[in-house]
Amino acid sequence: MIKSYHEPLTFDQIKAGEGLKAALKMTRSEVIKAISDSGMRGRGGAGFPTGVKWNLCAAAAAPEKFVVCNADEGEPGTFKDRVLLAEYSDKVFEGMTIAGYAIGAKEGIIYLRAEYMYLRAELEAALAKRREDKLLGDKIKGAKEFSFDIRIQMGSGAYVCGEETALIESLEGHRGEPRNRPPFPVDTGFKGCPTSVNNVETFAWATCILAKGPKWFKELGTEKSAGLKLFSVSGDCDQPGIYEFPMGITVADLLVAVGGEGAKAVQIGGASGHCVPYWEFDRKICFEDVATGGSIIVFDFDRDMLEVAMNFMEFFCEESCGQCTPCRDGNSAILEGLEMLEEGVCSQSYLKELCELGETMQLASKCGLGQSSPNAFLSIVKNFKDELLGRGE
Amino acid sequence: MAETKKTKATKAASTTGGVDTASNRAPKSQKAHVVNVGDEGGIGGKVSVTIDGKEIKVPLGTTILKAAEQMGIKIPTLCAHQDLCAAGLCRVCVVEVEGQYRLQASCAYPVTSPIKVHTHTRKVRKARRHIIDLMLRNHYGECYACVRNNNCELQTLAKEYGVDFFRFGRPAEPMFDIDSSSHSVIRDMNKCVLCRRCVRTCIDLQEVGVLEAINKGEDTEIGTFADKPLADVVCINCGQCINRCPTGALRANDPTDDVWNAIDDPTKHVVIQTAPAPRAAIGECFGLPAGNPLTFEMNTALRQCGFDKVFDTNFTADLTIIEEGTELIQRLYTALVAKKPVALPQFTSCSPGWVKYLEHFYPEYVPNLSSAKSPQQMFGAVIKTYYAQKAGIDPKDIVTVALMPCSAKKYECNRPEMTDSGFKDVDYGLTTRELAKMIKEAGIDLPACDKSDFDDPFGTATGSGVIFGATGGVMEAALRTVIELVCGIKVEDIFEHADIIPVRGMEGVKYAEIKIPKVGPVPPILSGLIKDWKWLDGVTVKVAVAHGTANAKKVMENIKAGGQLAGCHFIEFMGCPGGCIGGGGQPIPTSPAIREARARAIYAEDSAYPVRKSHENPAVLELYTNFFTEGPCSHKSHKLLHTHYTKRGKYIA
Ligand SMILES: Cc1cc2nc3c(=O)[nH]c(=O)nc-3n(C[C@H](O)[C@H](O)[C@H](O)COP(=O)(O)O)c2cc1C
Ligand code: SF4
Ligand code: SF4
Ligand code: SF4
Ligand code: SF4
Ligand code: FES
Repeated sequence: MIKSYHEPLTFDQIKAGEGLKAALKMTRSEVIKAISDSGMRGRGGAGFPTGVKWNLCAAAAAPEKFVVCNADEGEPGTFKDRVLLAEYSDKVFEGMTIAGYAIGAKEGIIYLRAEYMYLRAELEAALAKRREDKLLGDKIKGAKEFSFDIRIQMGSGAYVCGEETALIESLEGHRGEPRNRPPFPVDTGFKGCPTSVNNVETFAWATCILAKGPKWFKELGTEKSAGLKLFSVSGDCDQPGIYEFPMGITVADLLVAVGGEGAKAVQIGGASGHCVPYWEFDRKICFEDVATGGSIIVFDFDRDMLEVAMNFMEFFCEESCGQCTPCRDGNSAILEGLEMLEEGVCSQSYLKELCELGETMQLASKCGLGQSSPNAFLSIVKNFKDELLGRGE
Repeated sequence: MAETKKTKATKAASTTGGVDTASNRAPKSQKAHVVNVGDEGGIGGKVSVTIDGKEIKVPLGTTILKAAEQMGIKIPTLCAHQDLCAAGLCRVCVVEVEGQYRLQASCAYPVTSPIKVHTHTRKVRKARRHIIDLMLRNHYGECYACVRNNNCELQTLAKEYGVDFFRFGRPAEPMFDIDSSSHSVIRDMNKCVLCRRCVRTCIDLQEVGVLEAINKGEDTEIGTFADKPLADVVCINCGQCINRCPTGALRANDPTDDVWNAIDDPTKHVVIQTAPAPRAAIGECFGLPAGNPLTFEMNTALRQCGFDKVFDTNFTADLTIIEEGTELIQRLYTALVAKKPVALPQFTSCSPGWVKYLEHFYPEYVPNLSSAKSPQQMFGAVIKTYYAQKAGIDPKDIVTVALMPCSAKKYECNRPEMTDSGFKDVDYGLTTRELAKMIKEAGIDLPACDKSDFDDPFGTATGSGVIFGATGGVMEAALRTVIELVCGIKVEDIFEHADIIPVRGMEGVKYAEIKIPKVGPVPPILSGLIKDWKWLDGVTVKVAVAHGTANAKKVMENIKAGGQLAGCHFIEFMGCPGGCIGGGGQPIPTSPAIREARARAIYAEDSAYPVRKSHENPAVLELYTNFFTEGPCSHKSHKLLHTHYTKRGKYIA
């Protein structure tokens, strides 16, 4: 169930096939223009403008191109993609089909998180139904010369496989490790072909944008973060769950909606995100301020922030792919420092040293995992330093 | 007049000894972007990059690191290696690119638009120092008790970046057991910094694939198949991973203590044979640039160390040519005249890395391997029989040491079948690096040593023996001999100065055809073999040469698919890139330029020899007159100079 600030939920306002029908009436570049005009940025976390991504892919000269739906959803505290796939899979498939039409791909692949295996049968049935209805497969209804099909490939169970280049490695049957970038997937992706990797939610919104028009989307949200967004809210609040809100909602407003007033801090963006303390709850959730792929974790005053930081760092120590030095060894150095804090044997100067190490990890790691893994630690040290010090005995 | 024709065997086979990035097996996560530029000089083919204020134009797709190298700007590296695809994972080489918030790994960042780069800003220096500190955090080792002391990239980095304490701690105790199961390679993962150079070496350069990164996060380590000891997996002992490991995590199984013990034991007669490749490279361990051979200085140093006799492996290289050449003629006769089934092409068998590779990956082709032993093993058998007899020494008191460029030779001398003399034919395989250490331990300044010759009764060998050290050398030596013996003409009549250029050089796979112009009077050494030689008249001998097992694989796949190379008569295979000069026991570092310099030294030496053809080696002829009296490939020579192989497959080590 997705709760929304308005009734009915946007996804319920659109009829099946409406988005695709609208798209197929346009030229490919008109579809891309519509997405660009909507101002939508990727919903997977990094916030790359979707129109630009599709355009790069469309412009790349290659005999084969691919659309990949990133359904790896590994960020602690996110489950919005799961709900979307369970309840609105048609919106997602339709968005992928629109993307395929726009960039000139014939094949779409859903990289489905291993834990979501139980959704597979239902998804396959939905895909079969779309094939029957000529919305997938050879010569799609309403288009002159457009064939597109979607297959599901199961993920391998590692968080890092959600990173798009590691995801592609994994799709190709290798160990899921991020690649050097450049080249980017839009140029050299799956099987060396231009590939647009997008989040589940990104595709669902694309369907809505085509159905309701880019202007509708652009007018919602903030200037640089247009439109609506799904948030997975968990932690110390009365009504955890999935919420639809416009981008730019303040932390305070969100807390009111979910029954989380009186929180001490909110972790925005999952383990790799930032920890916002209660005195900054007027901050906006959007790419200009605190960004998130959807995960919101609420902490009340009973929470021990050192424990929170340790949980996150333990996660990264395990989930780092182990390829590059700053991330592989940096995360465990930080975790060890937190353990020293717990025992009360970490000096202030060593804590400072670890924060500088965190900055190096942000700057020098090979992929987004290591680049963002120290975020939570750094923001907790910045905001709750007093709480961390003076322990032991 | 013989015609030679040299063509590229297959398109894929035309690599240059390094990695063919198009076909290698490493995952793309461990490869840098390759930008294909049609015409480097064309409009748009070049891009300007400004590094530390200096501008240069480089072909599109050049990495920042390569561009910096061209300008003489040094950027520190660790996981990058000239022979390997870029991995971009140690992050030591990070630099600041203007306009980008994050630092970029210069070894893996292709320049595709004009950029400005700064290589040593505060941000960069701090990040590098942190990265080195992090590596040391998981590095258990003491430099003064480490083979790589003073030749270790981690140590050098630590020094360059002023590491004076362990900022993020260090391990208090070892985390791994040392794997000394292999005769050739010892793995001490306590010193591993996970640069994965060994992984890329094994899978890309050698196409073996014994090593792989396993687990993730902080548990990441370099593992073998099913975590078995190295001796129990399909490792071919080539030691190429050792040569490319930046630290002491991989090293050769070092027998120098045993060798010293033998030298110090008055009851032992310690004989050393020295292969051609070490002499071309050992100077590098004494600070000389690559390409300065120290053959005769080394003889002096070896005697000073206490070896009783110093022999030249080239002697048995010449012997190998006679035995292997005879075997080839026999096989050709069986195929062409007797028209009976026989395994062709014949494969050389002098590289034990290659031999084990074939046993594992192409066991069905074991019959194609020449049954002739490698020169090392022939020498061992000859020393403990012929020489023992001649010198009047009980073979049980003789200790034979083989100075080799190779770690696989250590395994080879321990193969159970290598005891035809009644004793272990070769007691110890010593690498170039290990001998350099012994010489240093004895306080000898090798480059300053007087020159002295090899000992009798084997004396100085021929130039043909010397070139065994470089890829194509065995083939060239064989061709020189076969042409002269069979045709009764001088090689010089066909190839200027007897240099058979078509089989030389660093191309991954070389192919040549040589037409036998006439059959001349066959000399006594061979005339007993077969009565009639006429059938060879006009035959076009087709040969190929491959070095590095990745290239060997290409040849084997071509043969399996019935390609051009299936029609060859004789193929030289060397397990290591560049041949023995690039062996796993040679001085560290290695690079294409270093290997080429060593090869040049080898060919220069060949050129200077008065006798350059194996069949003209007087000591070899004497051996056939006095010892192997029935001639090559006869009963006795089969017993001592030939061997057999094991069809191992992928699961039997
Ligand atoms: C460590 C890591 C994990 C990620 N996991 C996911 C994920 O589970 N789902 C997702 O959509 N994007 C994930 N991303 C982001 C993707 O790399 C990529 O940016 C995204 O799929 C692009 O889609 P979008 O443009 O629609 O947001 C992850 C990134 C990193 C660095
Ligand atoms: S940052 Fe972490 S996850 Fe990313 S490549 Fe480096 S080790 Fe792997
Ligand atoms: S590997 Fe290098 S740094 Fe480590 S102990 Fe050996 S010499 Fe020292
Ligand atoms: S010795 Fe050769 S085969 Fe063995 S692990 Fe090293 S590179 Fe691989
Ligand atoms: S063993 Fe050596 S080459 Fe291999 S990863 Fe470790 S340090 Fe690098
Ligand atoms: S040398 Fe560039 S990342 Fe290791």
